[in-house]
Amino acid sequence: MSNELTIKDLHISVQGKPIINGLSLTVQPGEVHALMGPNGSGKSSLANGLMGHPLYEVDSGEVIFDGVDVLDLEPNERAKLGLFLAFQYPTAIPGVSLANFLRLAVSAVRGKETNGSEKDKLIPMREFRRELREKMQQLGVDDSFARRYLNDGFSGGEKKRAEILQLAMLEPKIAILDETDSGLDIDAVRIVGDSVSRLVGPELGVLIITHYPRLLEYIRPQFIHILLDGRIVESGGWELAEMLEAEGYDPIREKHGIKEEE
Amino acid sequence: MQKGHFSKEFLEKIAAAEPQWMREKRLEAYALYESLPMPHTTEDDVWRRTVDMRTQDYWRRTRRYLRGLDVEKYAPSLPTNGGPSDIDVDASDEAASGVLVQVDGQLQHISKSEELKKKGIYFADFHTALREQPELLRDYFMNKAVTLETALKSGNIAQHNKFDALHGAFWRGGYLLHVPKGVSVEVPLRVFIKMSEADQADLSHTLIIAEEGSQVAVLEDNASTTSDASGLHSGAVEIFAGQNANVTYVQVQRWNRTVWNFGSHRAMIARDAQLCWVSAAFGGRLNKMNQASILEGAGSHAQMLGLAFTDARQHLDVSTAQEHISPHTTSDLMYRTVLKDRSQTAWGGNIYVYPSANHTDAYQKNDNLLLSERAHADTLPGLEIQAHEVRCTHGATAGKIDADQVFYLMSRGLPYTQAERLIVEGFFEPVIERVPLESVREELSTSITRKLG
Repeated sequence: MSNELTIKDLHISVQGKPIINGLSLTVQPGEVHALMGPNGSGKSSLANGLMGHPLYEVDSGEVIFDGVDVLDLEPNERAKLGLFLAFQYPTAIPGVSLANFLRLAVSAVRGKETNGSEKDKLIPMREFRRELREKMQQLGVDDSFARRYLNDGFSGGEKKRAEILQLAMLEPKIAILDETDSGLDIDAVRIVGDSVSRLVGPELGVLIITHYPRLLEYIRPQFIHILLDGRIVESGGWELAEMLEAEGYDPIREKHGIKEEE
Repeated sequence: MQKGHFSKEFLEKIAAAEPQWMREKRLEAYALYESLPMPHTTEDDVWRRTVDMRTQDYWRRTRRYLRGLDVEKYAPSLPTNGGPSDIDVDASDEAASGVLVQVDGQLQHISKSEELKKKGIYFADFHTALREQPELLRDYFMNKAVTLETALKSGNIAQHNKFDALHGAFWRGGYLLHVPKGVSVEVPLRVFIKMSEADQADLSHTLIIAEEGSQVAVLEDNASTTSDASGLHSGAVEIFAGQNANVTYVQVQRWNRTVWNFGSHRAMIARDAQLCWVSAAFGGRLNKMNQASILEGAGSHAQMLGLAFTDARQHLDVSTAQEHISPHTTSDLMYRTVLKDRSQTAWGGNIYVYPSANHTDAYQKNDNLLLSERAHADTLPGLEIQAHEVRCTHGATAGKIDADQVFYLMSRGLPYTQAERLIVEGFFEPVIERVPLESVREELSTSITRKLG
């Protein structure tokens, strides 16, 4: 039970405007869920709200993970518990190399305190380098990637691969992938999809947020949810994705009496 | 320690053992010092020549800070007889070809490697140099670079500066480094200028003369030995890079937060010479600095790297000038400042291109990162171009720490303080990565970490 993510009747607003209106969802380790919805349905707000972005205000509801309500926690504490968000638009941090940053991040989530600057609180350099090189090879990224400044001047595909590399290194229990396929060509989607598939296992639960089922061809979810107007209106299996692919969101909107966002 | 005071009698006392020309130079400076108002006693911005409406607010701020200054409270120590005493020297284990340590204007230690001696390099404290190299000093000292009436054209630097006059009248301590023609010094020299006792005035003079085709690097530390001993520093740095010479000069300023810090720094760069100039400022209560590279010779190049980190109620005001006199000269200035707490900074830069300096390529950039709502940064880039064929680029930014960057790093497990630290280190990185010496890069990183707390 402990590693399950339970979202109960969650309401999130941005600058006073309600975006998520009573969303409930449970993700167990080993499960892959896809949350699908058109633009403006609240997908990214959910992702950012779950991770604790200060702009996304949680008005009510609970998010229980590892037995605690994570809504009271800082983003770094959520990460330490095992939550991970692969961003739709990863932020560039100029002057900070991917390797330096990842060593701090890995040391932080693996339970060693890194508040101080003392080197002994970090994971040993040799061990870290070995692990990083191995995971970069699996992802098909060049060694020079590690020395580049984090997301600074990265192409769309490089940014997404850097996100998946971080996912692989931080070994979370629940990973939320926010539009990880957006802006990628078909080869890049395949590489990212295959990489995530390899990471999926009994220890990892995945919530894929997307408006387009392309990525799902590579990471087959067991559960599909349709998000409209900040609520899950339909849940089911693969047949839901197929239906969306064939008919789009209009029949579902009609069924639930929801108007298209302007 | 017996103390002096900024009076004519004291001037005569310290000049008694010096050549007549130096006494006259001191008296000339003293006359100017007496005639100029203290900057905060006048409504005018006496630090600059041209009236610039953009600077009104920041002049008001600097003036307000200066009200707490009572110059008479400070004074240099009296000259002592005898050579350096044996105390301290935490510098002896440094990998340096020469080491000089000065505390409260008194030379504490000087050492020179076999290499320096063999190659005929002159490196001595300024008083010894005045005895041993009077002709050289007479030719260079406050004659060509830092002068009582500035030869600079840039409007952001005043014609006369009260503190340059104070320095000229009462200078004490500092050093002369003279590198003969064609001589290369492989290992950098290290200089430690320290203030220790309360109410000291440090008026050290740095004079570096690198003759034609020579190569040298100097790392100079200015630091207080205590966190609370109040002091006044009024310094001058004069650098001469001869034809084809290659000079690296690094000054790291770490006075404590009660020290009043004034300084004029100038570099004259001859034909095809290169200067790499790093100025790092961490300390001081009020800092009023001006720094200028004068590209005298065709094909000369100056790289000016600045790094400053202020906190508490520190105030840092820096004016820079890149003056291009000859054609095919290049200069590249990059200043980056991080501000914490209620600290305030002002950077005013100017590129001045003479009519004679076609094919100048000059770059000027100042970026400021504010870690607190109450910190304030003014940034005033400027260009004055008299030539027709030039390429000049400038830019300036000031902004708060980016909330999305912080969130991104925190979402990966870093606590807020660590995320902030990483962003600050990343912000300074473009400056630090250009510093040519590994030991300096490390020292700067350490100072940044310490300042982050």
